[in-house]
Amino acid sequence: MNQKYLLDIIYLIASVTFVIGLKMLSGPQTARRGNLWAAFGMTLAVLGTIVLHDTVSPVIYGLILGAIAIGTIIGWMTAKRVKMTAMPELVSLFNGMGGACAALISLLEFHHNVGEPGRIGIIMAGMIIGSVSFSGSIIAFMKLNGTLKKAIRLPHYNTINTVLMIITIASGVYMTMSGSESVALLLSVFALALVYGVFFVAPIGGADMPVVISLLNSFTGLAAAFGGFLYGNQVMLTGGILVGSAGTLLTLAMCTAMNRPLFNVIFGAFGETAVAATGGKTGGSVKDISISDAAVLMNYSKKVIIVPGYGLAVAQAQHVIHELEKLLEERGVDVKYAIHPVAGRMPGHMNVLLAESNVDYGKLSEMEEINPEFSNTDVVLVVGANDVVNPAAKNDPSSPIFGMPILEVENAHHIIINKRSMNAGYAGIDNELFYNPKTSMLFGDAKDALSKLVTELKNFIEFRIMN
Amino acid sequence: MNSILAFLGENIQMIYIVILSIFVGVEVIGKVPSVLHTPLMSGANAIHGVVIVGSIIVMLNTEPGDILLLSLGFVAVVLGTLNVVGGFVVTDRMLEMFKKKEKK
Repeated sequence: MNQKYLLDIIYLIASVTFVIGLKMLSGPQTARRGNLWAAFGMTLAVLGTIVLHDTVSPVIYGLILGAIAIGTIIGWMTAKRVKMTAMPELVSLFNGMGGACAALISLLEFHHNVGEPGRIGIIMAGMIIGSVSFSGSIIAFMKLNGTLKKAIRLPHYNTINTVLMIITIASGVYMTMSGSESVALLLSVFALALVYGVFFVAPIGGADMPVVISLLNSFTGLAAAFGGFLYGNQVMLTGGILVGSAGTLLTLAMCTAMNRPLFNVIFGAFGETAVAATGGKTGGSVKDISISDAAVLMNYSKKVIIVPGYGLAVAQAQHVIHELEKLLEERGVDVKYAIHPVAGRMPGHMNVLLAESNVDYGKLSEMEEINPEFSNTDVVLVVGANDVVNPAAKNDPSSPIFGMPILEVENAHHIIINKRSMNAGYAGIDNELFYNPKTSMLFGDAKDALSKLVTELKNFIEFRIMN
Repeated sequence: MNSILAFLGENIQMIYIVILSIFVGVEVIGKVPSVLHTPLMSGANAIHGVVIVGSIIVMLNTEPGDILLLSLGFVAVVLGTLNVVGGFVVTDRMLEMFKKKEKK
């Protein structure tokens, strides 16, 4: 039997599992199985590649298996141990690994293919895209885990970036056309692409990181596809292109959810304009609320809506908020969660987080369905969310977030906002909601403040029973 | 120019795969609810880990004596595996939570 044909069939099966896997991943009931199907196809493709290749030296087999073992152990442990809140940065990190892998393949294949412009062109494309994806993902990772706090913007960063991009692409084209064999030149293109990746992501604000990660995700897919083209390997080609096109669509869907054109995300409208736009509008006084007042207010409410944001994730307050919800429910209060499509650092971030603490799925409402309900809500409790409840998005055309759909919490009777400080949200703009007469601020770390609130509510209930 | 044209002609089947896959990719995730954006991104992230196949091919075609290429290839396989295994496990962990509450 011809091993090559068998391998082709395995690659065909793997490609089909990728398509089915992606399809199933986009439905809530089938998602988990879809992921497992794709993982099964991947395992098959990897095993087939090793076993059905012409026999090589045992040293090489040992090295390959060793590398897979190391990668599996580290990858598995990291993925299993990471906290739910750190999920987005981990996805970014793994994405970077894939990009680096694609870039390395191109580096290694270069000298075999000198003199064949078509193949060198593909190698250059794979290397440049893979490297940009790698360094970009690492910057995105550092931004999300807090190592890099602020957006870094050099003067004229857009011009610098565009020039850098053109130079990088031009040098790739030069390598292709000239048929150069120079390893030094190859490494300079590699370095240029890495630098461009850093410059590409560094000026983009934290709030836009999900979009950037999704974009870099489709870049890595593209880099993998170039690898597939190079080897005439169908599974790499289909897998890579699928992720490339699905990832691009997903990126655009995320942009739509934020009402921000992709162009704005990449070339950044946030920053200078934002400060100027809100400078004069805000100010005024902010009202504090004590824990016990907040507890009383919620205890006597009919309906409470909780708006979770990234602050909830950072403070790991998902369990205590569930406790608060149960306590209020016991007191006959109707409690719901309002989930903004881009709350947290990734779409669906809040759903995953609240699911972890066993919050009933039926209590989570999406923006469109909950917005009409705010007007008959007694108390809205905003936990660590900011930009997604900023009324400026509706009524201030000069605001950088103008046009983004928001949760219309200002329609509720009372608004309690839990925040660590008066600092602006990730978009870096002030929020007039804080100065609304109906708003009271509950300062403090989300977990801390909510635990106190829970204790207070319990005391309050006991007190009532005793009397 | 001619060589590029010839290259495209020789690889026309691959180009067909590319174009059709683009449409499949777009079609397949057509109407995904925003709740599933993160797991979907994470799952797609694991799938592009298929680059690992390329890094294994590099290793298989390298002479056992070529230390530099072997070590770089080794690193590539480790990175590719991290992408694949980490990606699938993280996605499964996210989806496991969605599962739990469906039963309720």
